[in-house]
Amino acid sequence: MSETVRQLPEEQLPVSPSTLERYRILQKAGGLVAPLLTVVLAFLISGVVVLLTTGSVVDTAKTYKGIFDGTGLDWFFHVGSYQIGVPFTSARVWFPWNTNDISSQAAANLEQTLLLWTALVLVGLAVAFAFRCGLFNIGGQGQYLAGSIAAVLVATELPHVVDLPGVLLILVSVLGGMLAGAALAGIAGILKGTVGAHEVITTIMLNWIVIWVGSYLFDVGGPLQTKAAGAAGAVPASTDIPDKAQIHVFWGDPLFQGLDVGFFVAIASLVVYYLTLNRTTLGYEVRAVGHNPEAARYGGIGVARNYFLAMAIAGTFAGLAGALDLLGWKFREDITDIQSSSIGFIGIAVALLGRNTAIGVGLAALLFAALQTGTASRSLDPSIFPPELASSLAVIIQGLVVLFVGADVIILLALGWLRRRRPQKAATAT
Amino acid sequence: MSEAVPVLELRGITKEFPGILANDHVDFDLRRGEVHALLGENGAGKSTLMNVLYGLYRPDEGEIRIGGKPVVFHSSKDAIEHGIGMVHQHFMLIPVMTVAENIVLGDEPSENGVLLDYGAARERVRELSRSFGFAIDPDALVQDITVGQQQRVEILKALYRRADILVLDEPTAVLTPQEAGELFEILRTLSREGLSIIFISHKLNEVLEIADRITVLRRGKLVDTLPAEGATEAGLARLMVGREVLLRVEKTAATPGEPLLKVVDLHVRDERGIEKVRGVSFEAHAGEIVGLAGVDGNGQTELIDALAGLKRPEAGRVELAGRDVTRDSVRAHFDDGFGHIPQDRQRHGLVLEFSIAENVALHEFRTAPDSRLGWLHPRTLIERARRLIREFDVRGGGPETHAGALSGGNQQKVILAREIDRDPRVLVAGQPTRGLDVGAIEFVHRRLVEERGEGRAILLVSLELDEILSLSDRILVLYEGEIVGEFPPTVSEEELGLAMTGGMHAEHAA
Repeated sequence: MSETVRQLPEEQLPVSPSTLERYRILQKAGGLVAPLLTVVLAFLISGVVVLLTTGSVVDTAKTYKGIFDGTGLDWFFHVGSYQIGVPFTSARVWFPWNTNDISSQAAANLEQTLLLWTALVLVGLAVAFAFRCGLFNIGGQGQYLAGSIAAVLVATELPHVVDLPGVLLILVSVLGGMLAGAALAGIAGILKGTVGAHEVITTIMLNWIVIWVGSYLFDVGGPLQTKAAGAAGAVPASTDIPDKAQIHVFWGDPLFQGLDVGFFVAIASLVVYYLTLNRTTLGYEVRAVGHNPEAARYGGIGVARNYFLAMAIAGTFAGLAGALDLLGWKFREDITDIQSSSIGFIGIAVALLGRNTAIGVGLAALLFAALQTGTASRSLDPSIFPPELASSLAVIIQGLVVLFVGADVIILLALGWLRRRRPQKAATAT
Repeated sequence: MSEAVPVLELRGITKEFPGILANDHVDFDLRRGEVHALLGENGAGKSTLMNVLYGLYRPDEGEIRIGGKPVVFHSSKDAIEHGIGMVHQHFMLIPVMTVAENIVLGDEPSENGVLLDYGAARERVRELSRSFGFAIDPDALVQDITVGQQQRVEILKALYRRADILVLDEPTAVLTPQEAGELFEILRTLSREGLSIIFISHKLNEVLEIADRITVLRRGKLVDTLPAEGATEAGLARLMVGREVLLRVEKTAATPGEPLLKVVDLHVRDERGIEKVRGVSFEAHAGEIVGLAGVDGNGQTELIDALAGLKRPEAGRVELAGRDVTRDSVRAHFDDGFGHIPQDRQRHGLVLEFSIAENVALHEFRTAPDSRLGWLHPRTLIERARRLIREFDVRGGGPETHAGALSGGNQQKVILAREIDRDPRVLVAGQPTRGLDVGAIEFVHRRLVEERGEGRAILLVSLELDEILSLSDRILVLYEGEIVGEFPPTVSEEELGLAMTGGMHAEHAA
């Protein structure tokens, strides 16, 4: 993929460690500079689109300002001296931002952005983890849905069987979601490892299976459609989860999709992802298979086993995303959501732009989450930018980012060309 | 000859890459009608020098003279215009196009300046091919012709562009010995026709066979330019490496002990279901090197795969130190004292994107002290790598250097280090010196003999007769999946060659 390790000609091979170090730094720089350039280019070209729509440079600038404010990231500009509670204690410590502000526009927007970030990080990791094993997991969407369907089932049905306290019910529901995601993705892994069925094909097919099974379950007359009064005429949906199964909202208004504790789960998942890949024997095997399955096999590593494990772990991340979204702010599964959600696919873009590293996925998820909330129609001045075009703008920018990510080889080439140019100029100048 | 102005002169060429002086004031001259070999180890600066000549690199210092006049090349186009033609080691041909189309590509004869005049192209190619004695069909698709013929297409491409200086970069690396012989015939014809040829190689015997003069480079510096007449392999090797090189391995007679590897009536099929190993039985004892000779494709790969547990045999038995391991996994083999140097080090032996430390941990990472409860200890990996790098003289990086950044010889040392460090009882070495230069070959050979002395049973599978003859204590010949003969190392190359081509079928010697 984007990790084009350019083989230097034999003669150019660095000999001293210092040269090697320099070479690796250059490679790493390419790994940071190229995605940044990608994003900047995407924004510049989208700017042309906005310019054509609005017809004025000032309005283009205003539109971009509107997008930025819409992300809620401007909340961080209001620095002051505030206090914040320490989790699990009653202590309060100094904090530069006012977390008591839960109702300002900036705070509400930021909550939205971070809520979306939570899900995007996890579906991004679902793609990234499989990538590191040499697998292209297109099934993030299905695994996400499987996770949320499983979570809603557990959270609504389990209380009929046993009366668990809220925290336990949440834990079991989340676990159910993770297992469902793992099982679904694991099927693709097993098929790849045993009969060699390509994971791109199988995961896409599994996506559709989940979408239609989900639709069947919750559609009118479906076995799990809610029987609650007043539901008739509304979008067919599942029963609402009990209040105690809702994940605690620690910032913002629980009734208006405040930021729930799932946010910290996403942060922890990034750490888990990094450590699993780089510090465990499992990660070693996964990476070995991802880089060179033949050499791994010759070295005694079970390739099929790792395909299964990598897919199952990838599915776990996506299933977790589905469960957290459901228990955090959706509270029910409805069939429009099942059929129209595309968050799993944005996960592919997140992993691509983030180059399958933990930090990269975190940053890329922030970009895509901010883009999504920032271009929501309410943040754009309708007199400047037609609200009906606003959501298209998000898609345009996302599309351009993905396009340039795919083309980052070109950017790398350009960088390499510039690098070669400079010493040559110096040489001809003397 | 020498009184005339050389067709090409390189004077004081210096080219520096960050941290490495690839060419350090190198002088080189080429006379009309001669084959001038450029000899040096991998990394000696041969390719850099030729890339400077071909306009791909700009030298930091020095000048190029063609027919006595200084020239400056900004690109390979300039070099081509000055009559320089380059045949790269990896061909730059388009497989789905015909020979003629490939040859004229970029300089096509055209109708009305727009359309390709294919008829004219074919005629020109046929003419060229006939005048130099190339038997090549202009209408054949490049994908359908042999590697040797593809190389001729590359040469024709250069001739079509009116090259009178031909540079061949390791041209025999991709050829069979027979094809190499044909290539040499062509080169002799070309030089008789007045072309001047630069022949890049690190193979001593070839250079002695084809060259008129030889220039030796070492670490970017010119060592010497000498006539091929009177030069010897040993002398050239010394110039290349900078010290005395043992082309023949010195070893004492083997003192074989108990049998450690026992193969009984082994049958193995390949992926397509064809039986490639047909009833092979042999033993390898502690403290001996058993050489397995044979022409490529006679079942070597399948035999090794079955020994290593990579492939389930159809029938038969493999015993490792008395234990039946026929149905054991690859991993179990390694745990039971099996060491394996795969034939293809880059595809099978190493994870090139992994660091040296990660690569040498390939068999050990699951167990303490490399890891505990699935948790890796990077420091242990790095310390082991540091020790092995020292012990096996791996050059070009430290424990955290990617294996892909090392030269072929150093990559092989990493594999050797990994396999030997586990103290295996049986070591299977598949073509352990393929593509390596003399210095690295010497190292690998010496190390294998040392390991024999440690009481390991070593099975050496090689396509190089020299290697088999100089290392083995016993030689088995594999022909069409069967062992057709066993010889002492004193056997003549001719006798061995005869057995390898089936001449000794069913008639066991020695």
